[in-house]
Amino acid sequence: MIELREVSKSYEIDTVALDDVSLRIDDGEFVFLVGPSGSGKSTIIKLLTAELAPTSGSVFVNGYDLGKIRRRKIPMARRTMGIIFQDFRLIADKTVFDNVAFAMRAVGAREKAIQRRVPAVLELVGLEGKEDRYPRELSGGEQQRVAIARALVNRPQAIIADEPTGNLDPAMSLEIMYLLERINQLGTTVLVVTHERDLVNRFAKRVVAIVNGTIVSDQQDGIYEL
Amino acid sequence: MKSHNNFTYYLREGFRGFTMHGFMSFAAVCIIVACLVIMGTFAMLLVNISAMLEHYEQECEILVYIDESYPTAEAHSVGSEINRVENVREAVFVTREEALEDFKNQYSDQTKFDGLQPDTFRDRFKVYLKDLSLLEQTERTLETIEGVAEVNSNPEVAQGFTTLRNILSWVSIAIVSILLVVSLFIISNTIKLALLSRREEIGIMRMVGATNGFIRGPFVIEGLILGLLSAILSFFLLWGLYELLRSRIMAMDVLQMFTLMSFKGLAPIMAAACLGSGILIGVLGSLLSIRRFLKV
Repeated sequence: MIELREVSKSYEIDTVALDDVSLRIDDGEFVFLVGPSGSGKSTIIKLLTAELAPTSGSVFVNGYDLGKIRRRKIPMARRTMGIIFQDFRLIADKTVFDNVAFAMRAVGAREKAIQRRVPAVLELVGLEGKEDRYPRELSGGEQQRVAIARALVNRPQAIIADEPTGNLDPAMSLEIMYLLERINQLGTTVLVVTHERDLVNRFAKRVVAIVNGTIVSDQQDGIYEL
Repeated sequence: MKSHNNFTYYLREGFRGFTMHGFMSFAAVCIIVACLVIMGTFAMLLVNISAMLEHYEQECEILVYIDESYPTAEAHSVGSEINRVENVREAVFVTREEALEDFKNQYSDQTKFDGLQPDTFRDRFKVYLKDLSLLEQTERTLETIEGVAEVNSNPEVAQGFTTLRNILSWVSIAIVSILLVVSLFIISNTIKLALLSRREEIGIMRMVGATNGFIRGPFVIEGLILGLLSAILSFFLLWGLYELLRSRIMAMDVLQMFTLMSFKGLAPIMAAACLGSGILIGVLGSLLSIRRFLKV
């Protein structure tokens, strides 16, 4: 479960990024977070990943209170989430397999478990047979699939995708969204931050709209109507 | 099992970093080797000069003359009093007759002194000290002993030895500290470059919840590799240079004034010193730059 409780965040004294935001996402939900650039979407992501601390209010992620968490525990909280970025963030000199395995190695998984788990996840995202390719040999959509596989490989409770289709053409974007929907159906909470109207409207999910640091609408089967 | 797994990962990634920045690693190793060789040279110089000084110090004697009214047997008994003085290592009794012989022996034409009687000389003790820097105090104590007529020594020589050794120690400490700092800086800079070139990787590791310890591992190993490699190279370089210098000096120095001790005797200490400073420089240097990097 992800919850923001009366969260405010200001970077300097007079620039307010978030103003008294409360938002609760239950386990298994699929949520779009929409809004124009500079509205506070990225700030929410950074709060959820404990890169930033709120100025006031509380942030809870899968049982961790990120406002009170000890520095040493932050990695543990992050392990409950899989993060996907607009620019994929793959390691250029590692193969597809190693890019995904990297996330398991980073949390100290055994080699045996890695050899079993990575192929399964690559199959789930539709990349079987491309284990030994390098990121530069793949299309943008395929690269994002590698990133999704990497986010999934440690079995997180939630996937947080920050503009996952921002660098992709419409057809590929749609494929990625279908994949995220499928992952959600398998039981993982999915939060997608985007400003792509067509995509949001097509899927009829819960839509939370944020403008100037405040939530202006939150609807089930919502559409992007800003 | 898990930690073993991590360690092989650190090793593999550490070596990858080392080879990936091949030229940087090479340059860093060269500079650290230079620093370690200079440090090692000073250390060995200090050890040799200390040994030499110790040798001369042991030879350095004080002459304690006994009142000439004392018969030789009684004069000899003053020795027990002299030996009771704390700083006295050894007191050797020399009779007037022996003193005369010694005196004569200094000259090639001994017949000149045929008329000289032992009475001209006084019975005496040659006194050797434990700590030469306490020479003056010891002299004063010796003068108060009953039966001692005069104490004669060469304080300038003793002072000279002590000062020389002190200066050398301080110079060595200063140079070793400066070069340690330089080496630390070089390693931490090399590791900083490694960190920068893998910034993305580190960002990803943090995102997937890698602990700081896990992120640190490969870079500490990389620093350790740089330090150890430098240590091994400098040890052998020092060995070669030392033996070369020793053979040159032995060939030139007919008087055997400056005999360097053999490297074999120094090898264990030097090996330990090289390895120790290599490991210290490597690990500390990488930790320094990672600390700064992971805070952001």
